Amino acid sequence: MTIEPAATRLRHQVPLVVWLVVVWVLLWGTWSWANLLSGLLVALAVLTLLPLPHVVGGTRVRPLPMLVFFGHFAADLFVSGAEVAWQTLRPGGVRRTAIVQVQLRADSDLLLTMVAEATSLVPGSLVLDLDRELRVMTCHLLPARDLEDVERKKAHILVVERRLVRAFGSAADLAALDGHRDEGVLAP
Amino acid sequence: MTALADVVAFACLLAGAALCLTAGLGLVRFPDVLSRMHAGTKPQVLGVLLVMVGAAIRLDGWANAWMLLLVAAFQLLTAPVSAHLISRVAYRRRHVRRDLLLVDEFRGAGHQDVWYQGDEPKDAPPEEPGPVQPS
Amino acid sequence: MTVVGFALYALIGAGALLALVRLALGPSLLDRVVATDTLLVIISAGLAVYAALERSPTVVPVLVVVSLLAFVGSVSVARYIGGMLLRSRTGDGRDLGLPLAAEAQGEQP
Repeated sequence: MTIEPAATRLRHQVPLVVWLVVVWVLLWGTWSWANLLSGLLVALAVLTLLPLPHVVGGTRVRPLPMLVFFGHFAADLFVSGAEVAWQTLRPGGVRRTAIVQVQLRADSDLLLTMVAEATSLVPGSLVLDLDRELRVMTCHLLPARDLEDVERKKAHILVVERRLVRAFGSAADLAALDGHRDEGVLAP
Repeated sequence: MTALADVVAFACLLAGAALCLTAGLGLVRFPDVLSRMHAGTKPQVLGVLLVMVGAAIRLDGWANAWMLLLVAAFQLLTAPVSAHLISRVAYRRRHVRRDLLLVDEFRGAGHQDVWYQGDEPKDAPPEEPGPVQPS
Repeated sequence: MTVVGFALYALIGAGALLALVRLALGPSLLDRVVATDTLLVIISAGLAVYAALERSPTVVPVLVVVSLLAFVGSVSVARYIGGMLLRSRTGDGRDLGLPLAAEAQGEQP
């Protein structure tokens, strides 16, 4: 591990400090300068004692695609939540599940993490494994009616990835997304 | 105005509670660990979000609303992590009903314990996924 | 209002009871971990319902603690099992005292 200048380190840690301070203030429940200052102290202490590798870098936030992503995400949450809930209620129980691999195209730690989190949060899909080198994500799909249904769900994961990259990816990530347009789903 | 807010809050609470019930039902009815994870962690996320929204509407006062928001954020951030850890161990220990798998693209060396462990579900090993049944 | 309260507690109580059933039945350690995780989340939902019905914010900090506890608990058990499997010589952790899955006990010689 290389020693980097304190300034760059601090710059990369700023989002983390902000997040920790926000959590601290929310935990106290009220806003005051004392809370803010003590939160800053605690955050800096945590970051000095338990240093983390920085993952934030080369990302940017585009507000409009971000709203699109969150809107679709909420809709997915409801639709698939209803689907999984119906699976638990219906007579006969679960018939078929599937384990599939999806070839992702984003190539940054943060984006891959976000895709995995989004996939895992939406009901009906569960991330089993994420291969960072090959960018292959393995998922367990709960209601898998037939092969067509499985293909549709795999394509949907790629759509989610596209929305995420549009919202948070750098220009290079966007270009990579367009370059891989033809090869989508990994051949089994 | 308050009556309307109450109606919305109780609708959210009822929906969230119903989702908690489906989580329990799924835990009991689903056939293997991976499916049970779906039941346990999924209606949970949406259910907890709905309950938190309902509670935040009922408890007026920003401090409480922010703290409930924090709980919801923790849920959203941590649920996938624990689900991923558990599901990985579950797959490795072969707690998967292979006869219910339509497709398994993850098979192969290194992902699962190769040798017989006496640990598989009783009716597990038709190693090939069965024929497609239209449902 | 009371009817809605009863319905809410009934739904959540039934969910918690079913999670307890799975916790008791097992059959494997992982099933129990999943059941515990779900049970804790259902409990936190119940606390939130109580807070909403009574309009009393006293249990809200408890919610934060419970939601974090569920995460820490399930992650540490999952890592524990994974670590045991890595170190075990027979491959399933029997030599380290890890209980076998009950699903498998019919197949034991």
